[in-house]
Amino acid sequence: MKKLMLGNQAVARGLYEAGCRFVSSYPGTPSTEITEQAALYDEIYAEWAPNEKVAAESAVGASLAGARSFCAMKHVGFNVAADPLFTASYTGVNGGLVVCVADDPGMHSSQNEQDSRHYAIAAKLPMLEPSDSRECRDFVKAAYEISETFDTPAVLRTCTRVAHSQCQVELFDREEHALKTYERNPQKYVAAPANAVKRHIEVEKRMDALRAFAETTPLNRVEMGDTTLGFVTSGTCYLYVKEAFPEASVVKLGLVNPLPVQLLKDFAEKVDRLIVVEELDGVIENHLRANGIRVDGGKDLFGCLGELSQNKLRRAMGEALPAFDAYDEAVPGRPPVMCPGCPHRGLFTVLSKLKLTVLGDIGCYTLGSGAPLNAVDSVLCMGASIGMAHGYTKVLGQEAARRSVAVIGDSTFMHSGITGVVNLAYNKSIATVLVLDNSITGMTGHQQNPTTGLTLQNEPTYPIKVEDICRAAGIERVRVVDPQDMAATEAAIKEEIAADAPSVIIVRRPCALLKYVKAKPALSIDPEKCKGCKSCMKIGCPAIRFSDKKASIDATICVGCGLCEQMCKFGAFERKEGK
Amino acid sequence: MKTTSIMIVGVGGQGTLLASKLLGNVLIGAGYDVKLSEVHGMSQRGGSVVTYVRYGDKVYSPIVDQGEADYILSFEILESARWISYLKKGGKLITNTQKTWPMPVITGAMAYPEGIVEKLSAMADVQAVDALALAEQAGSPKAVNVVLIGVLSRHMDFPEEAWIKAIEETVPPKFLEMNKKAFQLGRNA
Repeated sequence: MKKLMLGNQAVARGLYEAGCRFVSSYPGTPSTEITEQAALYDEIYAEWAPNEKVAAESAVGASLAGARSFCAMKHVGFNVAADPLFTASYTGVNGGLVVCVADDPGMHSSQNEQDSRHYAIAAKLPMLEPSDSRECRDFVKAAYEISETFDTPAVLRTCTRVAHSQCQVELFDREEHALKTYERNPQKYVAAPANAVKRHIEVEKRMDALRAFAETTPLNRVEMGDTTLGFVTSGTCYLYVKEAFPEASVVKLGLVNPLPVQLLKDFAEKVDRLIVVEELDGVIENHLRANGIRVDGGKDLFGCLGELSQNKLRRAMGEALPAFDAYDEAVPGRPPVMCPGCPHRGLFTVLSKLKLTVLGDIGCYTLGSGAPLNAVDSVLCMGASIGMAHGYTKVLGQEAARRSVAVIGDSTFMHSGITGVVNLAYNKSIATVLVLDNSITGMTGHQQNPTTGLTLQNEPTYPIKVEDICRAAGIERVRVVDPQDMAATEAAIKEEIAADAPSVIIVRRPCALLKYVKAKPALSIDPEKCKGCKSCMKIGCPAIRFSDKKASIDATICVGCGLCEQMCKFGAFERKEGK
Repeated sequence: MKTTSIMIVGVGGQGTLLASKLLGNVLIGAGYDVKLSEVHGMSQRGGSVVTYVRYGDKVYSPIVDQGEADYILSFEILESARWISYLKKGGKLITNTQKTWPMPVITGAMAYPEGIVEKLSAMADVQAVDALALAEQAGSPKAVNVVLIGVLSRHMDFPEEAWIKAIEETVPPKFLEMNKKAFQLGRNA
């Protein structure tokens, strides 16, 4: 039976078929659906962890217990999980352990476009890179074989175009793998210096064995065609090469760390011109050059920015491009915006009005940085807002503390905001933190988290309260406001930034897209009463338009939140029953 | 068979993903190798969204590049202008005439361009449809996606039953009749 599957769905299918029993992840585009899909198989225990480090450590523990285990993360999630994974490389595994890292070349929804292959090299871990959904399924199985054969965690690297593309995948039965018996072995599993010194020797032996494996594994494939042109490539780039140059000879690398040497030397001798096609950094190219293998084109042709495509290949290779006509007038961009009814809009309208310095964080509320709110000064990484607010106010002192806040979401707070709050209390900070609690992990598409009271399977669990954590951490000034009431929100922020103590305001209202949040009837504007003052335009709601000197509402998308009504001094907004 | 490329473009929240799923089901039912590519996450928050659909005997690239699309199915007229360069010479643009203002227009930084349909019609083979009106006629403004699939179905070589079957496989039973009506209104537009 064949089924159209997302790459992420196919990774989950691979986990099922490979007999995986344990999955722990933190959501992150473009990796999120793997764990959601894995949770649909009864044979797999799957969960959302508070962050990637905990997820990776849990998967290492499950491997120690003898299960085939797994965790998935986006590329920047690997930064968080790197600590346990670098040393899990030394301890090796009991049950097979596969870690999937999803890169985002082109930054469709990420803050950077780091190339995860550097991690595989630095941590000395084997890394496999599938091209499409079929290979996602197949490579998960191959990764478990490698993990158990070579006693190592194995990394599966995808990217947005693999994770979020679909093709037909044939379904196979699950192979059951009995739990491997856990045998106590401190020399292997206790990474203390005396043991780790010996384990490092094993790691280097393993990499030698993997290098030999790379020469012969069917994961790496040579497709000889026209020998005047030869490509070395992997992942989605292989598909672009086949699309643009179907006649050329190709080495398709499925194992991208370690890379083969002899196989590539032999190929280089058979082709007249050798071109390396890879997105982001020149990892394969550098490997070829370091091994004295001739490269006739690589990063000099394609650069290291963003995604490639068949046309980018054609252009760089001097081939003709398909003809087309472009629209000859400027087309306004359409950046993502906060949804109609978004609870963040009220808060950011207040922050914008108060002209505070806002140290932001990762989530939907990053959108508060866009026009017309323009309310965010910095966004760095998950949890950074609180640490940055601390450093910022320590250096600039009381005046700056009275003009600045950190802004962080509920899921991001649980991910890595808690230690920041501990630091505020411990190091006598006077910073103010706003925790935007919308009762869900929003940006990645509504995943549960420790504050929501529900597990990945939507089973009830203990709902951790942000205010309890902050109080336990030693923050005495903790309060809750509803951002829908902009006057109350403004008053609370003014009070807390004025206080010479660390304070936390929990800005609480559920995401407007949650099923239980019901839309109210759309508002309308009485053109007689509208004076054209544009106050309502300041909130940046996609449902409000302004033309012919009057504001009007797009009733097809308005959810009747009434934020705009609070901005109007002329009572021009009307609420009609029945939508 | 040579690979055929279709792009479905619109505004996050308009239901483009359901349209591509429906189309994918028709193509798989016809026995083709099919690839779909979409982007989730940030682009869904009311941003510009694009889905690539490709089918043939053997499809490699999951994406469609400039000058490669045989069809563009556009859910919003400004998005048609944005993506027209992806249409192959001799390709067909099917566009909804609905306008959704993007933030730079809402803030007054830019004007929403006038006369887009006329300009596009001078550049390419264009069928412009008021899909929102037809969707409302079918019973829900949310059926814009199925109306537009109905329009597309007219131009593609698959039997009507194949489309109906794909609708049955894709939409919830509660909305099946309404969507079938939306499909017919699009098909006959």
